[in-house]
This record gives sequence, structure tokens and C-alpha cells, in this order.
Amino acid sequence: MPNLPPGTEPSIGDSPELLATENAELGVEPRSAWRSLLPTLTPPLATGLSLTGLIVLFGILGPFFVQDPTVIRDIGLTGPSAAHILGTTQTGQDVFAQLAYATRGSLQIGLLVGVLATILSAFFGIFGAYAGGFVDEGFSLFSNVILVIPGLPLVIVISGFVPQAQRGLWTIAIVLAITGWAASSRVLRAQTMSIRDRDYVAAARVAGERSFRVIRVEILPNLLPVLASQFIFAIIFAILAESGLSFLGLGSAKSLTLGQMLFYAQNGFALQLRALWWFLPPGLIIALFGCGLSLVNFSIDEIINPRLQNARLYRKRRKLAERNAS
Amino acid sequence: MNYFVRKFGFYLVALWAALTLNFLIPRLLPGNPVDILLAKLQQRGGIVSPAVRRAYELLLGGTSNESLIAQYREYIVNVFRGDLGVSVTYFPANVIDVINASLPWTIVLVGLATIMSFVLGVALGAIVGWKPGTWLDSFVPGTTILAAVPYFWLALIFVYVFSSTLHLFPAQGGYDVILNPGLTMGFILSAIRYGFLPAITIVIASVGGWLLGMRNMMVSTLSEDYILTARAKGLTNSRILRTYAARNAVLPSVAGFAISLGFVVSGSILTEQVFSYPGIGSKLLSAVQNNDYALMQGIFLYITLAVLGANLVVDLLYGVIDPRTRARS
Repeated sequence: MPNLPPGTEPSIGDSPELLATENAELGVEPRSAWRSLLPTLTPPLATGLSLTGLIVLFGILGPFFVQDPTVIRDIGLTGPSAAHILGTTQTGQDVFAQLAYATRGSLQIGLLVGVLATILSAFFGIFGAYAGGFVDEGFSLFSNVILVIPGLPLVIVISGFVPQAQRGLWTIAIVLAITGWAASSRVLRAQTMSIRDRDYVAAARVAGERSFRVIRVEILPNLLPVLASQFIFAIIFAILAESGLSFLGLGSAKSLTLGQMLFYAQNGFALQLRALWWFLPPGLIIALFGCGLSLVNFSIDEIINPRLQNARLYRKRRKLAERNAS
Repeated sequence: MNYFVRKFGFYLVALWAALTLNFLIPRLLPGNPVDILLAKLQQRGGIVSPAVRRAYELLLGGTSNESLIAQYREYIVNVFRGDLGVSVTYFPANVIDVINASLPWTIVLVGLATIMSFVLGVALGAIVGWKPGTWLDSFVPGTTILAAVPYFWLALIFVYVFSSTLHLFPAQGGYDVILNPGLTMGFILSAIRYGFLPAITIVIASVGGWLLGMRNMMVSTLSEDYILTARAKGLTNSRILRTYAARNAVLPSVAGFAISLGFVVSGSILTEQVFSYPGIGSKLLSAVQNNDYALMQGIFLYITLAVLGANLVVDLLYGVIDPRTRARS
């Protein structure tokens, strides 16, 4: 039996504008033009923002309110209690205090790498694509080569050659930024290519604007959602990669991060001794933070690729139709 | 230019870049690897003749006042002769032999796990993208959480639950140590039993990315005109899903497969550390911990070669399944 789609209902395949119009008829205002640059506040976005916000607050403010994380006591590996909310480590240090400082350390790494990697990818992606010709070919080849050279082994080799005493926060951040920018540079290049040839960019060029100004005023605003999304990816990548490196014993020797906590927990046999209060929280913070950022990214993706809004608008329309029918 | 010729050219450039990186890293970074290495070698009972010192200086750079260009030339020649030096950690074994013994473990474990994860993720993503707005959508945030979890943390919890507590799988190693490695039935069964848990953790950690990418492409593909045409022709839904939508939507995932291989190899280093698996990742780590720079460089070179080779194969396949890539060039 032929399987025809049902009559006149807009399908998932229709354009978001059509679905938005349909929704408007059912009693939802369409969004104004400038508002469409900002993501819709959907439940996933709200969850993502509050998760991320809470953890950032914890990392910024937490260290001011907790005990000294380095104090060693003779109550090794005791479970959670009123004095120590998350129990103590093998050497009697307060896990909650360590967690606050480690969250701050990991956020620092994430932010540093996010900024550095975004700058690198913007330079190689946007500038290369705008300049075109020989420069573009060279930059594109360069980022493709960096992309296929496996990152973590390279990071491990580099960290292996840097003596442990000299491995600080910045060393790790720079190494991670150098190995982590290439993928987003490719995305930015593709986006810039499509914008570069539009009429208003050509007009600005003909009017004699300098390249830097054309990029900054005409091209960059269009790339903001993409840049934001790549920035968020870079932060997730950095925090995960740093935790991996620290777990392997190759992290920054001078600062405490969530990965370092896991490294000490694993070396202190936290799991084998069933000290879950020591082992679980650092991983959970990383997971929740990454998850929160990914949820924010989904909403940004809907701005970059409006077709993805369809799934949400479609669901909304069905709900509205049901409500109006009853 | 022909698509295939261009791809070969690109990978030649990438190979050259990897070799050069390998040559430059020890020379540009602080520390004096040659002296550390030779001291270690002496501790293990190796004899430090001027020839040995010279060989290490070529690999890692050192005090010799030869120009960088001349060092570079000799380094390249040595690499192509397959001479990567002697491992200090596994003294007196050659770096090449250490790598050859551990590489098959990684390739089998990581290769199988990656293919499983790809097939599973793409299939699930196609189904989720095909029926948007249903309960299936909850797969998307669900797998995102899995992708944001630090891999080694998840793997350690798996070991804790399934090995230490439930005793379902062995926690460490690649095979039962009482067996002799070889192609016997007992050994292969033992290797499968030991590899099961590592493979499952790799699949769980990486399936989310495939699912999300495929789902997003499906949603985009469903608004193409040829899907409407297919519906108008009265084709069955399952036929539209398989031959029209999924087939077109899968192309970026296939292209992404090549790029992901690098990440997979990276992930396997953590896997092997957690499970004490006898693969190349754990060798890299013990090399780093023992300042075994020659082994470190050799392994990095091998990993890069493997990833580049796999990338090349995927790219060539992609050129075959998607005619547009060939037409464009």
C-alpha cells in the first residue's frame, strides 16, 4: 500500500519560516529579526545555562568559602560528615575544598585554551578564506595537516620532553590550543567562503575599505554564532583533554585541576577502597559542565543551521494543535 | 588535478610534517634528552660508545655542532632505514621490535570498537532524525552526557562495577597470562574475553558523536526535494529512509570517520592505561614515564603513520562512494 504523507500538514521537511508562520496562526508570535540571532530559551538551553552557571560560580566563589585544601589531618579516607561535606582523601585533606580549587583550575585551563584556540582558528580560517588564493591554499593545507596528526599522542610527546618542574598551567594550555584549533578553523573557513562572495561584502571592498575593516564589520558579525559554538567546543575539549593528561601524570605540576584530583584518587586506590566520595565528584563536575555547555551548543546550532529548528517547531506545532482541539 | 593524485599529495605533505615535528620537538623544547637517555642506558648495563651517542644525537638533537640541516638529512635517512634506536625501558630490544609486538593489540581492539561505534551511532542517528519530535529525541541529550564524561573516569567506574564488584570480566591485561600468545582457540577466546570491557567503554564513549552528526544531517536531508518526490511516488517509508535519506545523510559521517581516527587513537592511550592493555598506548606511556625518548618518538611516528594511512583509505573510499568529490576537482 502506498504510504502517502498526511494531507496539508506542514511536514518536518518544510522551511522554518513556514513552520513559524503556521505556529503564529495557532497563537504564537513570530520572532523579530534581531531576536533570531539569540537562541530561543528552550528547556534544554535553560538547563544548560543553569548547569554551566552554577559550576562557574562554584569555581569562582567556592575557594573563598572552603577550608584550606592542603591541610593534612589524621582522618584519612573518612566518609562525608558535617565537618567534611564530601569526606576526606587518603591523607585527610578535605575533598570539598579540593573540589572548589580544582574546579577553578580546570575552568582556567578551559578558558585559556578556548580563547587561544579560537584566536588561532579565526586567524587561519577567516583570514585565510578572505584573502583567498595562495594564502588560503597554504593555511588550509596547514590546518588539514594539523588535523590529521593525532593530537593526544603529540601532546603526550611534547609534555614528555618538557621537564616536570617547568610544566605549568600555561604550558598545558598552549600545547592543547596548538593541537586543538584545526577542526574549528575548517568550519570557519567554509562559513567565511560563503559570506565572502555576497554582494554587501563586495560593495564594502569596492568602496575601498581596508581588509581588516571588511572582516571586522561585514564578515565577523555573521560568524558570531559559529565562533561561539567553536569556542564552547574548545572549552569542552580542553577540560576533557587536560583531565586525560593529568590522569596520565602529565598535567600541570603547579596547579590543582579536576584531572589532578582524579589522578590522586586513582593512585590512592579510591575506587578499590570504596571511597566513592573522593572519586565520583571530580568526574561528575566535568561531565555536568561539559553536558551543560553541549546543551547550550545545541541551541546555537539551531541558529547556524535553521533547519534544525524544524524538529522543535514541529513538536511545538503538534502540541498547540492538540491544545486548540481540546 | 585528479582527486586521487591530490589526496596522495596531501598525505605525503602530512607525512613530511609529522617527520619534521618529530625531529624538531626534542630540539626546541627545554631539557637535555640525550644525556638523560644515555645515563639510563648505562644504568641498564648498556655500553655507551661514541657510535651510540651519535645515533641518539641524530634522533633527539644534542651537543654536536653540526648544522640543523645536516642533522635533519641524516635523521630522515635513518627513519627510512627503519632505524629508530634502542629502547631504554625494554633494553636491549629495538624500538621497532617493541612497537611491532604491541601494535596488533591496539589495532584490533580500537579498530573493532570504532567500527562498532560508527555503525551503531549512524543507525540510531538515522532513526532518531527520521522521527523528530518523538520520545526518540531524548537520545540526543542522553548521549551528549556520555560524550562529556571524561572517558577514563567512566572506564574506571565500569571496571569497578563489572570487574571488581560483579566479577563478570577480568579487570586488567589483554589475555590470560598462563596462556602462550599464538593463534590457538584458547588464546583467541581469552583475548576476546579480556577485550570486551575496553571495547564496550570505547563504544559507549564515542557513539554519541556519530548519533548527533547523523541525526542533524537526517533533519537537513529530509527537507530536500528528492525526499518529497520519493514520497509522491508512493515509496514505502522504510525504502525512503534507507535508500534516499540515510544514504545521502551518511556522507559527512563517512568523511568524519577519517578525522575521528586520530581522536580514537588518542582515546586508546587512556583505555590501555585504565585496563593495562598490552597495546601501543601503554608502551607510549611507559616510555614517557621512563624518559625513553627514542621509544616515544618511534611510537608517535607509528601512530601518525597508522592514522594517515587509515585517513588515506577512507578518503579514497569516499571518492568512490560520492562522485561529487571527484567532479569538483
